[in-house]
Amino acid sequence: MSAATKRVQQTAEPAPSWNPSLVVFACNWCSYAGADTAGVARLQYQPHFRIIRVMCSGRIHPGFVLRAFERGADGVLVSGCHFGDCHYIFGNHRAVEQFEKTRNIVKLLGLEDGRLRLEWISAAEGVRFAQVINEFTDQVRKLGPSPFAGKGKGGMPAGNGDESHGGTGTGG
Amino acid sequence: MVELAQAVKRTNAWACYDCGKCTATCPISRAGGSYSPRRHVLASNLGHRQEIVKNGSLFSCLTCSLCDQRCPARVDYTQLVQLLRELTHGAGVEPECPHGGALQSVMRMMAKGGAQQDRLGWLDGGLKTDPAKGEVFYWTGCAMYYDAFFPDLPGSALGGTRAAIRLMNMLGVTPVVSPGERCCGHDLLWNGDRQSFEMLARHNVKLVVESGARTLVVSCAECYRTWKIDYERFFDARPPRMLHISEFLAERMAGLKPGLKAKRKVTFQDPCRLGRHLGVYEPPRQLLGAIPGVEIVEMKHSRKAAACCAGGTWTNCDRYAKQIQVERLREARATGAEVLVTACPKCRIHFGCAMKDPKLGGDISIEMKDLAEIVAAAIV
Repeated sequence: MSAATKRVQQTAEPAPSWNPSLVVFACNWCSYAGADTAGVARLQYQPHFRIIRVMCSGRIHPGFVLRAFERGADGVLVSGCHFGDCHYIFGNHRAVEQFEKTRNIVKLLGLEDGRLRLEWISAAEGVRFAQVINEFTDQVRKLGPSPFAGKGKGGMPAGNGDESHGGTGTGG
Repeated sequence: MVELAQAVKRTNAWACYDCGKCTATCPISRAGGSYSPRRHVLASNLGHRQEIVKNGSLFSCLTCSLCDQRCPARVDYTQLVQLLRELTHGAGVEPECPHGGALQSVMRMMAKGGAQQDRLGWLDGGLKTDPAKGEVFYWTGCAMYYDAFFPDLPGSALGGTRAAIRLMNMLGVTPVVSPGERCCGHDLLWNGDRQSFEMLARHNVKLVVESGARTLVVSCAECYRTWKIDYERFFDARPPRMLHISEFLAERMAGLKPGLKAKRKVTFQDPCRLGRHLGVYEPPRQLLGAIPGVEIVEMKHSRKAAACCAGGTWTNCDRYAKQIQVERLREARATGAEVLVTACPKCRIHFGCAMKDPKLGGDISIEMKDLAEIVAAAIV
């Protein structure tokens, strides 16, 4: 093996053999707009997630997240406005309460802590949105498929998560 | 899945002579809802499948079995509802869960299996249990999930679980408390999802059989009903002896020597599963009566006539359910009792939720305790 190919192998990412299926809940006013900003800026990031827009992160009931896991999601990201930025003043505080409950139940079920994440992303933080998605995708990829994925009825439809060439895409 | 005609035959629905006692008795209908058991029986007898299946009104039934007590033709309406809900589920109609379907999702994930649950974190060093083998299997149910999901309600479901294990330890019993336990499937069965229920049933029966236990003790009234009635056909050999914690403790009360310093007036809420479904009325009262200093006062409606907590299967919680809860709590307050004792975690959850009402809260609030908690607190 020549020195040149060795160098390439070190720098280029090997194509991952498996990509997770992720669900991202984003609030209308901040995080979803943050994803838009990332798209407008043509940022490249991993495309293995489906984004679900809700009016406020406070609406993200444990039932939403648990249903995503039930239907085979490998990871779920909950995102909303930074504290003080909430369009409805206190919605993100409510989101924290809901998220704590969800996290406790996910722990009881025996799912790894890394499959669930809460992030605050503002409308201006397109770069941060891309970063969070990349980090979270890598984190879940390391954990491997969810024990509840691909079992029984009503699984997540095959899509980005099953394409194994690790392409990148624009969000928003 | 059973066909409509079979359901009619099996539940005696054909014998209905349209007297309407069921609808007159039905707590939902009495609270003003349009729900009518009689209409469902009639539609079943006439084979009107679409009328039954279409709008999910079946999910309003509390399955409290009060109508079965009154029916002169001995129609097993509660069983009929269970079978009709299976038909409804098969047609893709789902109940409206007031908790966003979160609890159903948890149950279905357990039915799928594959992950090792982390469900025994609450077991502290003071409690002696065995994770795999023993004479007595103690079934913990979903108490830890309820505590995680309802942190803002008064009391804790695990309080009763811990107290039950402590009492068993005092009696020299080291029960099996297994990390492999899964939801008993009660709610999924009553939501019409028989497929998931059967997956859970097979897993749980295998777990208990492999533990070598000859006695199974259950705290939750719903799990108890499921084990005693719905799991019966999943056992190949003779099932273990199944006891509710009240029956188990009532048999062994002599070994506990309880004594209370202060006098306490208590009243007992008969859970629908424990009372009307299984006919266990006396053991909880014997148990409470054996504690010196405890006085039991009965509510206006008790034993066979006891009102249900109106939320048994996580479906269709509405203003009628709330009214039933408020009325029941008023009955409890009217007895002058300090504590409302119950033997089902869902009674505590639903009454606890009703007590949070900002307008009525002061009139209907009462301390709630699990049966095992009261007994454990009386041991000096």
